[in-house]
This record gives sequence, C-alpha cells and structure tokens, in this order.
Amino acid sequence: MDDLYRDYILDHYKQPRNFGELEPHDLEAHDHNPLCGDEMGVHIRVRDGKIADLRFHGQGCAISQAAASIASEEYVGMPVDDVGQLDADWVIDLLGIPISATRRKCALLNLKVMRGATTGDASWPE
Amino acid sequence: MATSATTPRLHVRSDFPIFAREIDGRPLIYLDSAATSQKPAAVIEAMDDYYRRHNANIHRGVYTLAQEATDLFEGARERVAAFTGAETATTIFTRNATEAINLVAYAWGRANVGPGDVVLITQMEHHSNIVPWQLLCQGTGAELRYLDVSDEGTLSLDQLDAELAGGRVKLAAFAHISNVLGTINPVAEMASRVRAAGALSLVDASQAVPQIPVDVAAVGADFYVWTGHKALGPTGIGVLHGRRDVLEAMPPFLGGGDMIRVVDWQESTWNDLPWKFEAGTSMIAEAVGLGAAVDYLGELGMENVRAHERALAAYALERLADVGGVRVIGPPDPDERGGVISFELEGVHPHDVAELINRQNVCVRAGHHCAMPLMRRLGVPATARASLGPYNDASDVDALVEALVNAKKVFA
Repeated sequence: MDDLYRDYILDHYKQPRNFGELEPHDLEAHDHNPLCGDEMGVHIRVRDGKIADLRFHGQGCAISQAAASIASEEYVGMPVDDVGQLDADWVIDLLGIPISATRRKCALLNLKVMRGATTGDASWPE
Repeated sequence: MATSATTPRLHVRSDFPIFAREIDGRPLIYLDSAATSQKPAAVIEAMDDYYRRHNANIHRGVYTLAQEATDLFEGARERVAAFTGAETATTIFTRNATEAINLVAYAWGRANVGPGDVVLITQMEHHSNIVPWQLLCQGTGAELRYLDVSDEGTLSLDQLDAELAGGRVKLAAFAHISNVLGTINPVAEMASRVRAAGALSLVDASQAVPQIPVDVAAVGADFYVWTGHKALGPTGIGVLHGRRDVLEAMPPFLGGGDMIRVVDWQESTWNDLPWKFEAGTSMIAEAVGLGAAVDYLGELGMENVRAHERALAAYALERLADVGGVRVIGPPDPDERGGVISFELEGVHPHDVAELINRQNVCVRAGHHCAMPLMRRLGVPATARASLGPYNDASDVDALVEALVNAKKVFA
C-alpha cells in the first residue's frame, strides 16, 4: 500500500464527506492555495454556538480534498469558538500520513478556510 | 518505440553535470525545462573562471582586471545579440524576462499610454506578461484587452485585425511560444499587423529562445524579451531587445550608476544604449554565463535543438496516448508546438500526478504554470506539464509513461 495515498485517503478523495453547498448557512469563506491553484470554500450552519452542519466545496488534489473530508467529521459538533484554536499539527495528525513540506498547504487549506469563516483570520495555520 | 522519423538526434546529456546525480539510487528524469533548464559544464565553468580569475567591476577601472571583466561582459552581450539576430547596442541586460517587460510597461508605457488607449495581450500569457500591463492600465486609465485562445490552443489573426481596427491599441504583447500549450505563435505576422496599425509590439520569447532558431530582426517586433535561465544560462539575467528609435525616445527605467552621462545637482543626462537601461552594477558573472550558454546552443545548432525536441515531443504525444486517460492540452501537431506538453490524467489531480511520478525521479511541474487566466479559459484548475530540453531523450519519455501507468494504479 502507498505510504501517502492510503486506502482511507483515496476513499475520502473519491467520496468526500460533507461536500457540496449548504443553504441557508450562517458562515462562509472561500480561499485558495496560490501555489497549485487548489480552491476551497465552506458553508457553515451554527446552532447554540456549535457547528451544526457544514459543506466544503471546490477542487484540489487528493491530499487537500481528503483532509477536508476527514476534518469535516471533526468540525461537526465543535464549538465555533474552538476552530480558531486548532493548529496545523491538529490537521496533520488527523490525516495520519507523512506530509512533506511541498504538500503541507494542501493539507492545511481546509483549516485555513474554516478559520477564515469563524474568526476572519485567513492566514495559513502554523 | 521511437521510429526513425522521430529519433532524437542530440546526445549531450553528459555535458550537463547534474545528470551525474542520483536520488535514491535512480537517475534524474528531468522534464521541467520550461520552468528552468539545466546547465552545461561550459556555463558553470565560465562563471567559476570569471570569479576565480577576472572579477572586478566593469566600465570604470583602468586596471587590467577591470578591463578583462568589461571585455567579458560586453563580449557576452555581442554574442547574445548575434545569437538572436539583434543589434548589440539595443540588447539590454535585465534581471529576467519579467523585469524586461516591467521596464517596457513602466518606461515606455507611462510615457505613451493614456485613458482610452488599449493594451492588447492574449489569454495564453504567463503572469509576467499580464500583471505589468494590468498595473500600467490601472495607473493610466487604459483598457487591457485579450485575444482569445481556441480550443486547440491557438490565436486568431482575424481577431487581432478586429482589435487593431478599433484604432485604440497602443501596444500588443504576446508569447512566441506558450509555456502551457506549447503553441508556436506566428509572431512575425502578428508584429507586422500591429505595426501596420500604428501600434507597438512586445514578444515574450522566454520559451522560444531555448527551443527554436529565433531572429529578432526578422520577427520585427518593437520589443523582444527572454530570460537566461531557461536557455541553459544562469538565473538572474534576462534580455530586452528593443527597436533603437523607440529605446532612444524612452525615459529610463531605474536610475543610478552606469546609466548616466552627467549627474548635476538637480538633473542628469542619460548614457547611450544599451547602458541607459542598465542602472547599478550589472550581473557580470551571469552575463558571462549567458554568453557561454548561447555559445553552447550555437554549437549544437538551434535547428538541431528544434529537430531533436520536435521528434521527442512527437514521440511523447504518441506514447502518452498509450497510457489511457491522458488528455493532452494544446496543438496536436508537433510542427505547431514546442517541447512543452501539458496534460491531465483522468481521476488524478495534477499535484498527485507530480507527487507520484517523483517517486521514480520524474520531475514535472503541476499547477497553473503562472497562467491562471489561461487555466480558467481551458476550464481546468491545473495541469501537469512535461517539458523538454536538449539533454532529454526517448528514455525520459519512456520513464514518464511508466511512472504515469504506476500513478494510475494507485488511484485505480
């Protein structure tokens, strides 16, 4: 089995969870990775301060799409205020694959978009 | 396998020291020459020799070393100009092609473009031939207009005529060879039509100079720009060939040493061409390296380089069709394209293609290739791109194909 493109990564890439549009939604953001042109947006529905539902959309490589899909399952139910506390290691640990420096931004794009939607801070997660 | 009609004719890999390098015990399969070329030993040694034996600042010192450095620098300019069929005095060294275009957009553009004027470019331009014009148009109130790219990756001369007939075009800028599509544009014909309409033309030849024989005088554009590092030379040096009367009428770009004749308290007068546009200490070692690069290409013969890469591109197009699920973007006829092959592999994002085939040391580029508007036009987020140099041969194409077959299996 491939070290990077493990079965569950490919599964999330080919059948991404929580993917599409969500109308109506309370929060949204859209961003891209200027290095490769990957783009990603998110629609978030909030209830009682928590993420009740969300949908990612856009297009990108297997790593960026699988990362968004895997992380989406963690975001649902999370207090909106907690998203800003998440860091790069959180996403990379969640993915469970060795992410090289050149693919780091692919993995982090979903968190960048989530933080943009919930905190307005659209900088790359550290 | 390669047929006799498509057999590449150059065997020069051993001239390039980097190919002695192995990564994880495997040879390097370098297919990213459109991003930057590898360098022959002759270029590396010329720069090394310059620093070891001749280093001094140019155009000033009267001592022997300074004279040698000046002769090496100006000698390189003469050979670069001869190589491209240009005049020495109108061959200006810049940092790269991007700086050359910015020089024109700033120095010529701000003096000659105003509200209501049009700067005409094409949808296939590299960002370096888009953004300087956006800045110019935003600063002057001019309009930036685009020639379309067809589904086959070509431009329309009829559309060029229609744009020129509007009477507002002051300058048209276009690539000689597209860095994404590989399309070889009819630049001499385009420049001639632009001139007949009373406008100026700029050709971005960054991909053309390393790939095909070029003749700046025959193209007849007002500005013809390229970069050294894609043409087997070092980074940090580019070339602007300009029409003499246009360059003479233009104000300078950067101010500083070397570009002046007399500096008074409040104003200065300008040096002759080409130095009027070369402020500050020049990239001397890089010019020496570029001189060695054009000497090397001249010895190979650009007709031979073109024939070699044309045959190899034809072979690559043929082999890529065997992979299954590969869609090549750009002109299908090898006579109408250079050695730049952008493609998509069905079901696999270009970034993943590049990652997977890198495991077999196959180096290709994935992304938007600094041509985001073109990606939008083509309706693709990104492509993978294999691009050829004189050091490539059929075995590199075979390695690419094998690596793509393996990549497909991972995503199957």
